Amino acid sequence: MSQSASISIRNLYKIFGSQPMRALEHVRAGMGKTELMNNHRHVLGLRDINVEMQAGEITVIMGLSGSGKSTLIRHVNRLIEPTAGEILVNGENILKFGETRLRELRRKQMSMVFQHFALLPHKTVLDNAGMARAVRGEDRRGYEQDARDWLARVGLGGQEAQYPHQLSGGMQQRVGIARALTSNAPIMLMDEAFSALDPLIRTDMQDLLLELQDELQKTIVFISHDLDEALKLADHLVILKDGVVVQQGEPQDILLKPNDPYIVDFISDINRARVLRVRSVMDVDTPRPPEISGKVEADATLESVIALSKGDTSLSYVVHRDGAQVGYLDMQKLVRALVPTQAALNGMRKTARADSD
Amino acid sequence: MTTYSFIFDGLGLRDWCGEPQRSGPMTMAELLARGSAPAEPKTGFDWSALWSLPFPSLDELHKACAAIPRSRDLTKSLETGFLNIRESLKYVLDPLTQPLSWALETALYVGVNTPWWLMLIVLLTVVWVAGRSIALVALVAGVMGFLLFVDHYIFAMQTLAIIFVCAFLCVVMGVPVGIAMSRSDRLQRLMIPVLDMLQTLPTFVYLIPLIFLFSVTEPKLYGIAIILYAIVPVIRLTDLGIRLVDKDVIEAAEAFGMTRHQKLIRVQIPLALPNIMAGVNQTIMMSLAMVVIASLVSALGLGVLVLRGIRNLELGVGLMAGLGIVLLAVILDRVTKAALARVNAAASVPRH
Repeated sequence: MSQSASISIRNLYKIFGSQPMRALEHVRAGMGKTELMNNHRHVLGLRDINVEMQAGEITVIMGLSGSGKSTLIRHVNRLIEPTAGEILVNGENILKFGETRLRELRRKQMSMVFQHFALLPHKTVLDNAGMARAVRGEDRRGYEQDARDWLARVGLGGQEAQYPHQLSGGMQQRVGIARALTSNAPIMLMDEAFSALDPLIRTDMQDLLLELQDELQKTIVFISHDLDEALKLADHLVILKDGVVVQQGEPQDILLKPNDPYIVDFISDINRARVLRVRSVMDVDTPRPPEISGKVEADATLESVIALSKGDTSLSYVVHRDGAQVGYLDMQKLVRALVPTQAALNGMRKTARADSD
Repeated sequence: MTTYSFIFDGLGLRDWCGEPQRSGPMTMAELLARGSAPAEPKTGFDWSALWSLPFPSLDELHKACAAIPRSRDLTKSLETGFLNIRESLKYVLDPLTQPLSWALETALYVGVNTPWWLMLIVLLTVVWVAGRSIALVALVAGVMGFLLFVDHYIFAMQTLAIIFVCAFLCVVMGVPVGIAMSRSDRLQRLMIPVLDMLQTLPTFVYLIPLIFLFSVTEPKLYGIAIILYAIVPVIRLTDLGIRLVDKDVIEAAEAFGMTRHQKLIRVQIPLALPNIMAGVNQTIMMSLAMVVIASLVSALGLGVLVLRGIRNLELGVGLMAGLGIVLLAVILDRVTKAALARVNAAASVPRH
């Protein structure tokens, strides 16, 4: 079993309704979601989705409710069948798989974590964690130790004999994650996995996921409606709106160069100092500044650099990655990067003017 | 000349109708009409005729045209129709239902011939296993002790034996039907009217065709009637229970690659078990209700005493047997409810 797998989604369409193929023609001819609903009583779920999910990366699909993100993730393991398009896992089109191969794919290549945990209420925590392996027909002795190890790893050591409803929401989701990890599948699908949790517990779980991912390098598809969460977790960020990909790419890039007013609106509220990293604002090919006050890591957040400089904008730093020098950071440039993009600024000015009128 | 003659005259069907012929005896109205003198023809609009305008029913049309059957012929032909297929129906049903007779005979034999003290030990053990409650065991011991004391024990045992066999068969047949219904919307649409009919048909109506089919001396006669009546709740609640299983959990089962069979055994049945058990409880209570009525067709047990009370107006006998039935109902209900509560609690109490 390969420990990494890539997923690519190509020209994917999903239309809900009685005659999706006919509606598809209208959509391909350029009909919009509202028009399709009003004139043909079909719901446009996804429209021409193209996403490449690299092996070993966390791809976050972000959008508000109704944007089609949960529909999209269910296409990856074919809990929902697409109307048109291709889904390739390790180069193979899984839409061509028969029932048996699809089941093998779900059993061995993929695991899933759900928003509302979806644990078996009549099974113990240990049995729940081992569920995927038991489904494959493995002997209990074969997976029990693995399940115990993963439960301990997610912080549930000693609670194996409890039942899910005896645990808090955060702990139940830890069981959900242990279940996905015990399955040993290279792909993890996480459908709003942390959305039902309290903010503090959510942060804990995000840290846990990043920590595990450092070690495991799984291909993770993560669905979220929370931009802070998306920016924190994503290697690759896909923003969906009304079933269409509005922008995708490296989160830092999207933050610095949003290409759509929708995204500008979205990012205008976030704390840029906490999200932006030194590597995104440093200068690579400029000459060495005359005064260097110290060195910072390329992946450090701007917030931490501001704390380091104690707010002095006249300083400059050398940027290092893995011990090697990769560029310079000018504090003035850093401060400028904290201002939202021009477009957002205009938007804010407009609202400010409207308020003062 | 009758009210609706004009229809057949107008359509030119008079020849098809033929001469009035009497296939059955005359109705009372006809007899009365023959006795009285023919009415004087009236002039002008006849309001009284409008007031007594008959609906064009089978009987009324028959008066106008002899070729139209009377409603009496309808019920008659239903009966002859049933009698005509009776032999072939018997040929199929007799061997199929024979095991039911054997099971009932065996259960009755065991129930009546086991020494009372041994039976008491067995029953109390079963109650303990099902409910794990001393109070419940004491209740059952009290009730059985009372029935023994007033010499109603044998009758109660016969009733219990019949209920045991019928309820068991209801579960064995009803749960798979319920599962099939939960999987197919079409089957569900087909079955729901059948189940509605089984539940609302007056219980005596079950017995009539069964009496034609089987001999009254055969236990399967009442066995079938009880099963038909009592199987409904277990089917309904199995179907409902499986359909109510949390969609998220089903989705998780599918995402981890469960087959349909695995899904059924590992997820759907365990999660639907509280509802299925509620259905079993209802089935047992309905068997008890029916076993009393079935005493009309020679079902043994407390119902026989109730029937004697009605027939011979022996008030005391009827009341005593009624009390016995109530007591049986109470213990059956309490024991199955206790088992149900344990199923519900199974997931909420850690096993040590």
